[in-house]
Amino acid sequence: MTGSEILLECLKREGVEVVFGYPGGQILPTFDKLYDFTGFKFILTRHEQGAAHAADGYARATGKVGVCLATSGPGATNLVTGIANAYMDSIPMVAITGQVGTTLIGNDAFQEADITGITRPVTKHNFLVKDVKDLSRIIREAFYIASTGRPGPVLIDLPVDVQKADTELIWPEEVKLRSYNPNYIGHAGQIKRALKLIMAAKRPIIYAGGGIITSGAHLELLELAEKLGCPVTWTFMGIGAFPAKHKASLGMLGMHGTAYANHSIMDSDLIIAIGARFDDRVTGRLDAFAPGAKVIHIDIDPSSISKNVKVDVPIVGDAKLVLNDLIKHVKSTPEIGDWLKHVDALKKKYPMTYKDQDKILPQYVIEQIDQLTAGEAIICTEVGQHQMWAAQWFKNIKPRGFISSGGLGTMGFGFPAAIGAKMGRPEKTVFNIAGDGSIQMNIQELGTCVANKINVKVAILNNGYLGMVRQWQELFYKHRYSYTPITSPDFVKLAESYGAVGILVTKKEQVRPSIQRAIETDNTVFIDFRVEEEENVFPMVPAGEAINKIIGGLA
Amino acid sequence: MKHTISVMVENKFGVLARVAGLFSARGYNITSLAVSETLDPDISYMTIVVDAKDEAVLEQIKKQLNKLIDVITVTDFTKKKHVEREMVLLKVSYSPKIKVKVDKVLKKYVAKLVERKGSAAIVEAMGDQEQIKNLLDALSIFGVKELIRTGKIAVAF
Repeated sequence: MTGSEILLECLKREGVEVVFGYPGGQILPTFDKLYDFTGFKFILTRHEQGAAHAADGYARATGKVGVCLATSGPGATNLVTGIANAYMDSIPMVAITGQVGTTLIGNDAFQEADITGITRPVTKHNFLVKDVKDLSRIIREAFYIASTGRPGPVLIDLPVDVQKADTELIWPEEVKLRSYNPNYIGHAGQIKRALKLIMAAKRPIIYAGGGIITSGAHLELLELAEKLGCPVTWTFMGIGAFPAKHKASLGMLGMHGTAYANHSIMDSDLIIAIGARFDDRVTGRLDAFAPGAKVIHIDIDPSSISKNVKVDVPIVGDAKLVLNDLIKHVKSTPEIGDWLKHVDALKKKYPMTYKDQDKILPQYVIEQIDQLTAGEAIICTEVGQHQMWAAQWFKNIKPRGFISSGGLGTMGFGFPAAIGAKMGRPEKTVFNIAGDGSIQMNIQELGTCVANKINVKVAILNNGYLGMVRQWQELFYKHRYSYTPITSPDFVKLAESYGAVGILVTKKEQVRPSIQRAIETDNTVFIDFRVEEEENVFPMVPAGEAINKIIGGLA
Repeated sequence: MKHTISVMVENKFGVLARVAGLFSARGYNITSLAVSETLDPDISYMTIVVDAKDEAVLEQIKKQLNKLIDVITVTDFTKKKHVEREMVLLKVSYSPKIKVKVDKVLKKYVAKLVERKGSAAIVEAMGDQEQIKNLLDALSIFGVKELIRTGKIAVAF
């Protein structure tokens, strides 16, 4: 078999259902084999960045490894943003790039880029395949590394002569790496110490992150929270990990979190952190963060522990397994009645609300989409104000039902990610909540949607601004709107020119019918919601402030 | 504070770049670095001396090193009894006027004159940090023209 044939066969054996990609010179031998290959679907995107984000969205929606394929040089560098995005959010992905022939590497050959060098800091690991005999083992290792421990993207760089070279396919049944053995089971002694802290706590709070989603620990989280009667807040990546309508729910915390979540964690005496990493958007000013709290930190990545916040009881392990161990040992409910009263009072004092009006408010649009999809849709977002409103106002999100660029904050992520999510979960309605700025960053993927009949619903909260930056300019740069007003094409006509459906919404009473129509339409739909232009995302904690120094809103 | 860390790694291309990249990406400065194959040609050994401003930074360095797929083990010699050595080659003035004095210093610090040309000599010496420092201090008055150090290597039981 040739290297290309081995690649395709190995991807199939790894259980790959779909590959997103784009052809080019140095990946031609592989595309030639793809021509009549039926082992998985191939989706031609309109830009390599779209392919990487689609693979990422697929992985987030399904929990499986997302795969993208591109040529050398610009094809490979166009993947980089998508790879970095997956890395920041710990998403399992395998990216495969063509490379110039092994004898030309380092020669500044046409379309050559040192992609293993370029992606070293943004991949969990990467490989340059120099010998076709290593290829099947490397593919096995790549999938293993990408999907185990703290997941992440792995890149395989495949020179064109290796794609053409012949060898026998030897499929390694087992992957063994002496230098990589992630720890899944929490240390029993540490779990005991954690329990002691939990039972002695007077003001405990659970702080749940994306690790809950990754490890599929949402039911365990719910069980632990209910057993302890303990309030739960979550990170942006943790959206969907815990039911927002549950009485123990405090919503998201941090820069745009609920005021009551921020005040609660600041007032707590014990933080039970699960699969979260105390990111600066969560903690605000570090030295002022939760001064009276001890910290239990459950995380699969030892380097996340005590990185930002000093941890009293670290537990390295898989969230689901560790929570199961913890739950087993919880025999009684801690006495925290006064604390719950305090938290309830905070909820009443600082409710999440916005002032509804006759104009279309973005929050209103999101609430309508939430109600009309009732937790049955997958919600993707771009990055900006609309993203934070989505994080705040969707109340029916289920695990793997919220797909958004958390760590890297990549505008242009949502639309291709929605394509990936729809490929992974075709039975689901997939919405992409977008801004008029973000959607224009990968709008070319409309072509991918229509050509492959991948129906996604794009709700553009169109306010004529790069809204989040405009908000910061309003609040911190004296209203000087430097290059944040942005023009857009006629989104309806644009969608129609691709063969998709466009709906313009200028009146509040059109909001619900248009969403309903989009859901019922068997095509990709762009809804252009003309929303209030200068609405701000509140509550807000200014960068570098303690997270109880909240501005705006009713907080 | 300076810390000596030993890293056992897979002997593959690109591993040094991964380790070096980890330091540079975080703005940690490497004081010295020595890399070589071990008895097992599949494994290399890196001895890294790093300046970490506090315990937390050192912990992060170790954890990040461990996170690299090609890193097999990380040993921190900070609180561990160990033997460490460094080799230096240096060019020093060796004019007839100071020759005798230089010879005396070399003898005292177990350094060796390897080659001489005109009024200069190349000297080699090996020792722990303290010994090397003492030698350099003693030779400084004669004018050390060039100094090349291998970086520290360390081993423990």
